[in-house]
Amino acid sequence: MSALATLPPWLMLPVALLLVLGSTLTLLGAFGLVHLKSFYDRLHAPTLGTSWGAAAILLASLISWSWVEDRVFLHELVIGICIMVTTPVTLMLLGRAALHRDRADGRGGVPQAGREP
Amino acid sequence: MTLVLWLALTWAQLALALAACLATWRIVIGPRAQDRVLALDALYVAILLLFIVTGMRLGTPFLFEAALVIAVGGFVGTVSLARFLLRGEVIE
Repeated sequence: MSALATLPPWLMLPVALLLVLGSTLTLLGAFGLVHLKSFYDRLHAPTLGTSWGAAAILLASLISWSWVEDRVFLHELVIGICIMVTTPVTLMLLGRAALHRDRADGRGGVPQAGREP
Repeated sequence: MTLVLWLALTWAQLALALAACLATWRIVIGPRAQDRVLALDALYVAILLLFIVTGMRLGTPFLFEAALVIAVGGFVGTVSLARFLLRGEVIE
């Protein structure tokens, strides 16, 4: 906090807004994870946190650290790219796994496997 | 003006901690294994963002490395768990 207090007001306001935006979106995603009924609906909820939730917080961190350290600070971009590249892969795999399990058990009301187009 | 940033940091920390608690709750009640894996992935992201916000507040760069390790480890963990659910084994 002592280091962040040196931020000028025109930079402090966007940093605060980005922090609030990112954390609120992540909270909404987690709320949807608990609230939604079906697994295939819940699969979409955490992507709020991994898209703009992570991006806004990482952007706020990038801006404030770049000002405090007085140089361009790009460590956050590595984390951001890592999250944004890997999340679709994991969720696609998880969705396929859930579909496979639901078909094998015959529950969840999913359509049976047809011929691949 | 510093108060605005203090409020934003506090709100961000509380919201992310609550998000982690909600994801943990889904892990506890999740009816099937895929719900738990999905909630674990959401938990990873919430904790990673919480680490970054805490690092901003404390002014220490050490929490970056922890966040990066969580990002990579969370990806590997979730992919291997999803693959286990799909195939029944991780390495064929």
